[in-house]
Amino acid sequence: MPRREDIESILLIGSGPIVIGQACEFDYSGTQACRVLKEEGYRVILANSNPATIMTDPDFADATYIEPLVADVLERILDKERPDAVLPTLGGQTALNLAMELSDTGVLDAYGVELIGADAQAIRTAEDRDLFKKAMIEIGLNVPESGIAHDMTQAAAVLGQLGLPVVIRPAYILGGKGTGIASTQAEFEFMVARGLDASPITEVLIEKSIAGWKEFELEVMRDKADNCVIICSIENFDPMGVHTGDSITVAPAQTLTDVEYQLMRDTAFQVMRRVGVETGGSNVQFAVHPETGEQAIIEMNPRVSRSSALASKATGFPIAKIAAKLAVGYTLDEIPNDITKMTPASFEPSIDYVVTKVPRWAFEKFPGAEPTLGTQMQSVGEVMAIGRTFPESLQKAMRSLEQGRQGLNCDSAEQQFDQIETAELMVQAAIGTPDRIFQVESLLRRGVSVEDVFQATKIDRWFLDQILMLCEERSALAAHLGPEENGSEALASLDRQDWRRAKRLGFGDAQLAYLWNLDDSVVRAARLAAGVEATYKTVDTCAAEFEAETPYHYGTYEDDSEVAPSGRDKVIILGSGPNRIGQGIEFDYCCVHACFALSEAGFETIMVNCNPETVSTDYDTSDRLYFEPLSTEGVLNVIDAEQRSAEQGGGKLVGVIVSLGGQTPLKLANVLPPELILGTSAKSIDAAEDRNHWSALCARLEIPQPAGATATTLEEALATTDRIGFPALIRPSYVLGGRAMEIVYESEDLERAWMAIASNGSLGREGGLSADRPVLIDRFLEDATEVDVDAIRDHTGEVIIGGIMEHVEEAGVHSGDSACVIPPVGLSDATIAVIEDYTKRIATSLDVKGLINVQFAVKRSDEIPGSGQVFVIEANPRASRTVPFVAKATGVPLVKIAARVMCGATLEELRVEGLLRPKVQGDHIAVKEAVLPWSRFPEVDAVLGPEMRSTGEVMGIDTSVGMAFAKSQLAAGDRMPTEGTVFFSLADRDKVVGARAAQRFVSLGFRIVATSGTAAYLTEQGVVVDQVVAKISSDRTGSNDGEVDGVELISSGGVDLVVNSPRGRGPRADGAHIRRAAATHLVPLVTTASAALAAANGIGDWAQSDLQVRSLQEFHAGVWVSEESASESYQRAHPVELR
Amino acid sequence: MSVQSAAIILADGTVFEGESFGAAPTTGITTGEFVFNTVLSGYQEVISDPSYAGQIITFTAPHIGNYGVNSTDNESEKPQCEGIVVREMSRRASNWRAESDLVSYLELHGIAGIGGIDTRRLTRHLRDNGALPGAFGTASESALREAALAATGTEGTDLVARVTTPHAYSVAATSSASRTIVALDLGIKTTILRNLSQYGSIEVVPASTSAEQILSLSPDGVFISNGPGDPAAVADVPDTLRELLGKVPLFGICMGHQMLATALGGTTYKLPFGHHGGNHPVRDLTTNKVEITSQNHNYCVDVDSLAHVEVTHRNLNDSTVEGFECAELSAFAVQHHPEAGPGPHDSRYLFERFAELMDRSAS
Repeated sequence: MPRREDIESILLIGSGPIVIGQACEFDYSGTQACRVLKEEGYRVILANSNPATIMTDPDFADATYIEPLVADVLERILDKERPDAVLPTLGGQTALNLAMELSDTGVLDAYGVELIGADAQAIRTAEDRDLFKKAMIEIGLNVPESGIAHDMTQAAAVLGQLGLPVVIRPAYILGGKGTGIASTQAEFEFMVARGLDASPITEVLIEKSIAGWKEFELEVMRDKADNCVIICSIENFDPMGVHTGDSITVAPAQTLTDVEYQLMRDTAFQVMRRVGVETGGSNVQFAVHPETGEQAIIEMNPRVSRSSALASKATGFPIAKIAAKLAVGYTLDEIPNDITKMTPASFEPSIDYVVTKVPRWAFEKFPGAEPTLGTQMQSVGEVMAIGRTFPESLQKAMRSLEQGRQGLNCDSAEQQFDQIETAELMVQAAIGTPDRIFQVESLLRRGVSVEDVFQATKIDRWFLDQILMLCEERSALAAHLGPEENGSEALASLDRQDWRRAKRLGFGDAQLAYLWNLDDSVVRAARLAAGVEATYKTVDTCAAEFEAETPYHYGTYEDDSEVAPSGRDKVIILGSGPNRIGQGIEFDYCCVHACFALSEAGFETIMVNCNPETVSTDYDTSDRLYFEPLSTEGVLNVIDAEQRSAEQGGGKLVGVIVSLGGQTPLKLANVLPPELILGTSAKSIDAAEDRNHWSALCARLEIPQPAGATATTLEEALATTDRIGFPALIRPSYVLGGRAMEIVYESEDLERAWMAIASNGSLGREGGLSADRPVLIDRFLEDATEVDVDAIRDHTGEVIIGGIMEHVEEAGVHSGDSACVIPPVGLSDATIAVIEDYTKRIATSLDVKGLINVQFAVKRSDEIPGSGQVFVIEANPRASRTVPFVAKATGVPLVKIAARVMCGATLEELRVEGLLRPKVQGDHIAVKEAVLPWSRFPEVDAVLGPEMRSTGEVMGIDTSVGMAFAKSQLAAGDRMPTEGTVFFSLADRDKVVGARAAQRFVSLGFRIVATSGTAAYLTEQGVVVDQVVAKISSDRTGSNDGEVDGVELISSGGVDLVVNSPRGRGPRADGAHIRRAAATHLVPLVTTASAALAAANGIGDWAQSDLQVRSLQEFHAGVWVSEESASESYQRAHPVELR
Repeated sequence: MSVQSAAIILADGTVFEGESFGAAPTTGITTGEFVFNTVLSGYQEVISDPSYAGQIITFTAPHIGNYGVNSTDNESEKPQCEGIVVREMSRRASNWRAESDLVSYLELHGIAGIGGIDTRRLTRHLRDNGALPGAFGTASESALREAALAATGTEGTDLVARVTTPHAYSVAATSSASRTIVALDLGIKTTILRNLSQYGSIEVVPASTSAEQILSLSPDGVFISNGPGDPAAVADVPDTLRELLGKVPLFGICMGHQMLATALGGTTYKLPFGHHGGNHPVRDLTTNKVEITSQNHNYCVDVDSLAHVEVTHRNLNDSTVEGFECAELSAFAVQHHPEAGPGPHDSRYLFERFAELMDRSAS
């Protein structure tokens, strides 16, 4: 059954912003799908609100809509594009839910659009927990006993039958949102209420808890001819009770006999057929009782998923790519296996290595959030490691996490666990947390039996025994130290067999160095001298049965290496490691673009990365992929292997790109051979980061910067604030995402913040930060507009400004969490000229070759709107988080240009070549908005600050600032009300701007309610306040003399928008209760006055104009025939008051 | 598990270093033909499969022994392979069905093993150079080298004679089916008997049983089993089958497939490195469906040498013949293993087909 000829155009729905539970794995799958469908000759229409994705590059689809992923916007796209089909199975839960909504409301029928990949009935059967359960029982499968409830009364009845503990699972959710295990009546009531809230159809499944059972997943594919295959089996290291996205997982399954495995395989096919997924990939999850082997079906996802991305990377079988082909009519046997070229895709991969995935959490970013893992996913990213054995892959994964760990303990951070008494540590290990794996190792190392650890954790005894082997090997290695504890002698006493055994168990050079108290480089040198080098094997889908054509490698310590020499000159691009807050998909975008650009320029591109969710780790992206930790050893070994292949007659290694993958590769700049660093030198990178260098440079260039200094002690810090005054911004050096950054308003604040940094707690785990790096203290500029600039400088000294972004939130909110606007409509031409001039001088002075990002603060002047003194805050000579957004807003492929510049091209040459084009001369405005994970961390106060906490971003693009902003809010998940009540509660410093916002809301017909202080000020300013809301009693229990307080008002549904700016820190403040209430009851919340003003303007424009959609291709071509040209030209002529 | 250095030396001189486990032959040497198997689970079934007689099995899956062994997953009473090669032998078995660990099982049955081997390097070597004879063990390098050179492959050796049952025995039907099936045991797997017994009672007979003796059992159908080694070296069986053809419905699996082809006048040839795994796609040409199959064979039927048969199954990886049918003589056979054990169950319909064929012939 070949390609379908009855459809010509296909709308692919993306997954929108990166959120917990839905990360860049859908950029990977969506990008593959776009590529495949385009290759097949279909017209591809893409809808996705996330500008940081590769898939939204205008090259990947025929029409790319960076528009909010909501039904009414999609309907506009359908209306405009009239596609024949919608493919909803590659954009995660977001796409699936949207497709269902469009189907249920009859929109798809109205436009005559067919759902391909999975039909509505199949989606419903898989997603609706009640339907799914019934379907499974109908085909004779075992499911945990359960009942459905739509309200508390029904829930109580179900509980009566099941008894505690139970799992509560809302229907139609992603990443286990709103899910939990209840062991007490109180927990039960709380979780049912939360679950009903989280479910879009107010339905929860209450299920007998099978926590502690073993958990498995199978990735299944099926084609139209009913051919079914299993791509990968995955066994969870963490037993049932921890969400699979938060579990350490291992592929292939390790502890199933073939009899049990084949039973599971047969069952998975039965599930797929009964649910009715006709083509594509699905994921079926199983629980297995550890003592009886009883199998139960947990759930199935009728679409590609996080697990399928993992399975694709783990096996080399590109599930999303094949799923897209199956959706348009092919059968598995008609599609060749990419890797072998000779064999068809209708087979089941066999692998001869072990893959371990470890999630990456960000609890340190959310003080107050309990770092306990449960049925609701909380991790923000993951790493994957490939080793020939489980211990090797596990240790590689641990050092891939970018948390300063070198493996599974055997490094200085292990002491935090080793210090804890055994009984206490056993209690801790019984609970799933990010630390559990390290606790388990510490327990086994001190002699606690595998059986005892199993009883406490229910982690399979086989996995525990493998960890015990690591402990045993470690003590054998430690014994080499001898009574003198002389590390050099230990080294000398190792023979080749000893080295090989240690390395094959995954011990890193840095772990051995810790054990013997030596320098990493000494260990490395001794190892190489002993003839023990890393070898590289190939991921080939077939366990070497057939020859592999695709150079997808992983490192291990074996007999021989499979890296084949090749003729072209090579460039190594270091990726960005796991997604985490502060470093996400944006950097993957940059690395992938570098691959594309350099490959087009004739280089052989070599990617090193360890994040399975990304496009960069797709073997199709680079010419050669090394799936390896971005550790010193990992990267040096790859460089050695490539240089060796060059010596064998291959092309030479031109260099290594460290400046496109965020902080991760940048940190390695100092350990790599300087002559291999492409672009800006390590010295310049340091010069920008080193406070004294940087201040001297600004002084020399006569560029104003806020007063400040560095401090290594609290006394120095206090002396600094005595001199520069409060408020002050304090931050550690060498971190990304504003880690531990804080604005302090008085000495007491400063002392507390200092203690937090000095105590080293969670910060010590961030890669690259050590306590002896000084803390930076700067005067914080209040009432200033923050501006971000991305620029490129080449080796001849020419600088181009890529984009200038004006932030919506004032300086002090981390740039990653702030909305920003291109072009900077609120800045005057004079200010822009100053900013461009400063940027060029800084780039020149740092001898930048490639990208630089500079942040400025423009102190507001009351005399001339849009003007004021420009201060430079910081400069980073590397790709920034905003580069993809700028590229999409302006149509200039900044990273491609930068990558070429780093490899020696000049801007002039690139202009001639056509890669460097002038910016699009459209009249559009693009707004980037951050997406924050507050709903996942209900205990945490939803306030923006200098520490970044957003997980992702969206872009709104339109011809007016208001519309672009409104679209960005809608895309970020906040549908702004067009009428109703706005609740204001403002800090004193925000009242001036807040009053303007309130005024605007009143003019739009909104009611205003406010807390007493705010109400008094607003009234004074002539704003009509309809209701004054009572103060919240301190413990939320006292009475308010009958008056309604803010929380009650929000809970009662009487508020449509909350504007609350924080007054102080900590949950003691009223504001925290108000914000939490807003988050709980899903009322849109803005936490800065400037965002409130932007929102009011957006709502105004939204109400007045007709919602329009336009593709990026049209924007970039300057096609925009607007009915509102009058208002646009007005905007261009007059700087808009954003704030 | 005591760790003792050991090595593999192949007949072409290639050396692999590792550590020994399992039984320890007094000479410190084990010889045989090195083959690889790519199954991810099912080592117990593979090791106990009589078709591996004369061979040393290299498992490409790195961890072997994880779930131990149990008494129900054996494919025969005792392993017939010469030895096994792994990357990592598990010292602890973890599974609710485990009754023992794999190393103890190997020791019990006198099978030697070698671990710590770069099995991927060995597999690629066998893929590129073909299955090779060789030796492994704890003996000196020179002794191993000598043994490797002396080691013979499976070509030209009748290994069936070694593994077939010495005397006939019966297996009761596991359903109410009243058919009588005679199974010619060339090295039959337990899973095959388990599958066949759903369709009738079985009389398992030695490979040397004559056609006359078989017919005297009044079978509804005759099954020809899997078995080890070179089909061309198997004595008598093709002659027996020739006599049976047309008189009773015949179904062959693996070696049975090759024997039936030989009986029909066809020839077989040796594949470069054989098919040993659980993931080969095979197309059933009669339905056009693709099934994922369990495979274990080094030899293949040359279809051009056969007249009056229709090819029913083809391997999609290398287009080799996976099955044929001779409708006029009520005989069919497949090269792969529909019984699985280990492997996917996609092809089990073939037993059903055999039952239908028997019923059709009876009526």
